[in-house]
Amino acid sequence: MKLPYFPGCTLKTTATNLEIPALEVAKRLGIEMIELDRWNCCGVVSYLVSDDLMKHLAPVRNFLRVQEMNAKGIVENENRLVTLCSMCYNTLSLSNKRMQKNPDDLQKINDFMHREETKYDGSVEVVHLLPIIRELGWEAVRKQVKKPLKNIKVASYYGCMLLRPKDVGIDDAEDPQILEELVSALGGETIDWDSGSRCCGSYHTVNNKDIVVNLSKGIIDDARKNGADVIITSCPLCAFNLDSRQKDIMEKYPEFESMPVVFFSQLMGAAFDIEKEKLGWEANYISPELLF
Amino acid sequence: MAKLIKLDDKGVEFLDKIMELSGETITLCDQCGTCSGGCPFIAEMDVNPSQIMRQVMIGQKNIMESKTMWICASCFTCTVRCPRELDVSKVAEALRQVKLREAIDFIDIEKISEEEARILPSIAIVGAFRKFTG
Amino acid sequence: MKTGVYLCQCGGNISNTIDLPKIAKHVKEKKGDILIQENSHMCSGAGQKLIIDDIKNHGLEKVVVAACSPHFHEKTFRAALQKAGLNPYVLEISNFREHCSWAHKNEPEIATEKAKDIIDASIAKVELDFPLEEKKMQMGDEVLVIGGGIAGIQTSLDLADAGKKVTLVEKEPTLGGKMAILTKTFPTEDCAACIISPKMAAVQDHPNITLYTNSEIESIAGHRLHFEAKIKKNPRFILDTIDMDQCLICTKCVQECPIEQPNYWEQGIMNRKAIYIPAPHAIPYKYLIDKENCLHFKDGSCSICADVCPQKVIDFEQKAEFIDVAVDNVVVATGYDIYDATEKTVFGYGKYKNVVSALEMERIVDHISEKEPPREVGKRVAFVQCVGSRDKQIGREYCSRVCCMFSVKLASLLKQAKPETDIYIFYTDLRAFGKGYEEYYKRSQEMGIKFVRGKPSHFTEDPDTKQVIVTVEDTLSRDIIQSEFDLVVLANGMGLSAASEPIADQLKLAKSDDGFFKEAHPKYRPVDTLVEGIFLAGTAQGPKDIPDTVTQASAAAGRVLATLAQKEFSLDPVLAFVHQDICDGCKQCLNECPKKAISINADGKAEINEALCLGCGSCLASCPIEAIDLNYFTNDQMYAQIEASLSNKKEGEKRILIFADENTVYRLADACGVRKMKYSTDSRIFRIPSGSRMTSNLIKFALSKGADAVMIGDSPEKSSRFAWANNVTKENIKQVQSALNDLQIEPERLIFKEYSAGELARFTNDVDAIAEFLGTIAPIPNETRDKLFTAVRGE
Repeated sequence: MKLPYFPGCTLKTTATNLEIPALEVAKRLGIEMIELDRWNCCGVVSYLVSDDLMKHLAPVRNFLRVQEMNAKGIVENENRLVTLCSMCYNTLSLSNKRMQKNPDDLQKINDFMHREETKYDGSVEVVHLLPIIRELGWEAVRKQVKKPLKNIKVASYYGCMLLRPKDVGIDDAEDPQILEELVSALGGETIDWDSGSRCCGSYHTVNNKDIVVNLSKGIIDDARKNGADVIITSCPLCAFNLDSRQKDIMEKYPEFESMPVVFFSQLMGAAFDIEKEKLGWEANYISPELLF
Repeated sequence: MAKLIKLDDKGVEFLDKIMELSGETITLCDQCGTCSGGCPFIAEMDVNPSQIMRQVMIGQKNIMESKTMWICASCFTCTVRCPRELDVSKVAEALRQVKLREAIDFIDIEKISEEEARILPSIAIVGAFRKFTG
Repeated sequence: MKTGVYLCQCGGNISNTIDLPKIAKHVKEKKGDILIQENSHMCSGAGQKLIIDDIKNHGLEKVVVAACSPHFHEKTFRAALQKAGLNPYVLEISNFREHCSWAHKNEPEIATEKAKDIIDASIAKVELDFPLEEKKMQMGDEVLVIGGGIAGIQTSLDLADAGKKVTLVEKEPTLGGKMAILTKTFPTEDCAACIISPKMAAVQDHPNITLYTNSEIESIAGHRLHFEAKIKKNPRFILDTIDMDQCLICTKCVQECPIEQPNYWEQGIMNRKAIYIPAPHAIPYKYLIDKENCLHFKDGSCSICADVCPQKVIDFEQKAEFIDVAVDNVVVATGYDIYDATEKTVFGYGKYKNVVSALEMERIVDHISEKEPPREVGKRVAFVQCVGSRDKQIGREYCSRVCCMFSVKLASLLKQAKPETDIYIFYTDLRAFGKGYEEYYKRSQEMGIKFVRGKPSHFTEDPDTKQVIVTVEDTLSRDIIQSEFDLVVLANGMGLSAASEPIADQLKLAKSDDGFFKEAHPKYRPVDTLVEGIFLAGTAQGPKDIPDTVTQASAAAGRVLATLAQKEFSLDPVLAFVHQDICDGCKQCLNECPKKAISINADGKAEINEALCLGCGSCLASCPIEAIDLNYFTNDQMYAQIEASLSNKKEGEKRILIFADENTVYRLADACGVRKMKYSTDSRIFRIPSGSRMTSNLIKFALSKGADAVMIGDSPEKSSRFAWANNVTKENIKQVQSALNDLQIEPERLIFKEYSAGELARFTNDVDAIAEFLGTIAPIPNETRDKLFTAVRGE
């Protein structure tokens, strides 16, 4: 399976440990993720007011590249655009839904992009790698497992952007199971907890660190209380807030016990036993290495 | 001391403006409190989300001075729970936009330390600046 | 011949959109000597009197009323004609309101043009209407009541006391329904079992009631006032002979049975054996074996109950019995199910052990004063309102009405039994609407129960103590309460019971938006359905408390009695007939009638047996020379109204003729009007008994006279009272389409669609899609239309 792939900015900078193992495990599952030849930032956060059409330009421009890849035969009849970063997934999806539901908006955006050779026809479907893997079947994942996750209890942290709003969520907004199913296919054990989709504080990490410190501490404490050894996520911003901000949590709460936070792709990589240098453990603030 | 409130046309204009910007029928709000009870940021807010809905409905422009709308990070928890399927996060965004369009920014780039700027992921910085500047 | 035309303003509902004086002028110009009257409410006494007086004073012979849908007041006006000495079938109703002024509310000018077509069609038809006689049929006194809860019990007892023969069918092994599970009832706090038990016993003992418990409706069908049902009596696996003393209820079998299962009548807070009597007050008080869980049925490893039975009444081989009944009326009292809160995962029902449903709490409270209650409640208890009600997220926007009061009741009972309990009721709006309810609510406040206005967003569970942590905004103080509770009780809303669904399908009963059965009219026919002879009782029609349920159940019995008291009823005269002078005895029609109502008479010509004919019109298509016809929808009448409705069409205009079966699609179009749902103003809707009445000649004629598209709408085969009709319709359509192909006319101009009663948006979308399609193709050339006409009517 060949899929057009949108990486997003952060995967090329601070979250290489999400992308590199993801590309490798996808390959082993027979999914070739082909990066768009030109792509631009999706805008990170979606605009939610009715009159901010221009802010949807950036996401839509990326969809033209998918149409072009099909036209050039790089992919065959593949309207899905796969993402790894939860925020990119959410922002691209919301813009795409708006275009698909409002032909007038789409027309205006297309008119604005008159220098582009292609017009966006609304055909692209933004997807996240996780549901693509679920469609392949967990059996396919099980077959690739070389080192089953033993004696590790995993807290599945979805955050917000994979689940909400409902019409872009990859799973049930209040009772998601996809990460639990993945962990179980990798031979691991999950915990049952209530903080798996509680917000970590998001971009407040830039100018209101305290919010993030409080929220992230609450999430990690809950994971620990329910017996977790590690938290997994697919969002580079959640990963930063839950992992790197543990430094700040420890400064404020000296009794706080740290916990590793890894990307789902790293967890898969470890179970698939991919090359150690591709796992990217060194990019995690709290080292997960001893667990695996 | 109880506050004395006058209902006037300016208040109605304010409500209409926020309803148009957000696309949400704010008058549908039942004041059940689900949004406030589920909000992960509630401890940081000075005014509860349900109160924001109420005040906008009654046309109380002074809620623009509340910091609640800046705390809301569009996590959509209220969106998926509101029994009337109102999207409170869109209302918060509309209120932020009213302020930002007066060229009042809510973030100061100078205040981010060099050390922080080095470690912060780009999505954090881009996200914050997109939400906090006009 | 003198015709009277009455234009109803409907208090502005019609006249604010349709320019009625303009219509009057149009009719006058076209028809000349015709009596035209405009009135604000034709359905009123004054309106009816107007017609009656005109008939008497001006010698009117035919009447057209342009008003609301015939489904509302056709009967009213027919009665008026009858009063004035005219036959009730020389009346036509022009559907100005639902199909015109409401559907095209914002386009008054176009609506007025459409109204001209509608009234022209009515006038053309009424001129050809002829008197019809209603045949009288005898009525029996048999009634089937489906559902043995308090509603079904009350209806059955009322009817049986009035001397009617009642068959009562209950799917559970005991009578009593949900009420048999309740502890006490609000606001009087009398014990539910004490009220319902004597009634259950009375049903069992009543000579006029035949009771089937543990039984289901296998199939049910019928029309007008004759229904046939097949009852499936599921086996109890206990010999059930006339000698009632055979089983001594010695309990030996129960003592020995090794299987324990949660008991439904204790809502799972207590167990029962695989052989059991459902509840202490069960009626009938008989054992049954739970086949799903009994080891004998699982793997044959156990038959201990049979071994220890001193009377040897256990019969593992017992099979289901099937009983056929024929009845005159049916009462549907299939009740409600509580909302399955596992769907609302934020509340952790089914996951957190200390979150319970309202019905579970009924049982918990019922046992709370026992020495060793099966379940303790702890110190702090929360009641959470509107779970599965007033919540768009789960598609249930209605208020379930009773939950406020049953939470108040459960809280009050708990507080009285355990005064030390700290009780909170979290609500959004507290509705204490019934007699004595407000006072009861106030008493609960006096007891110290705390009402907090706020709807919890979600619960979590303390992994160690298993306490439920409730987070909720106190919307009056704006504080956020986050606190541990030992027990959280959900106020589950009500929904139509799952067991009602197959009955809804088979009886073709319509549902309202809330999913409950729809009454014929919310104000003046609240217990009737739109199907004659079927009535509703209890919560199957909508959420109700016990007093309202019993009231409605008695009302349903009253309606049945009023119907049966007529002793005889009139048969709809819309039946097929044969023009004896045309019929050549070719016999092609004989096999077309599924009811075998057509035979060949002594003269060698076809003849209709009126007792068997249902008036679907399917046989018409089989006659090559139009010798078979249908009363009230004759070929001549159909040709005339089609032609008249197209007579005002101007160059460049489009017409979509919609032939809608009167039972489903015509009403569907009415419902669209009621909701002011817009659809193409090119549409003209005609009432027909079934799509199969549209012979290929009629369809071709419509296209020849200016129709640009013809749509035939009918109910789906499954829910049609003429199950065979749609196949006939499809065959007719195929024939015409092939003829259109030959003439190079787009066959897509002819559409057949099936709609269920609720598919309003699908209907309007389909009509709009046709209109859009017509915009993309060239009109049918006049010479082609002429060819079509020649094909139908000759040179």
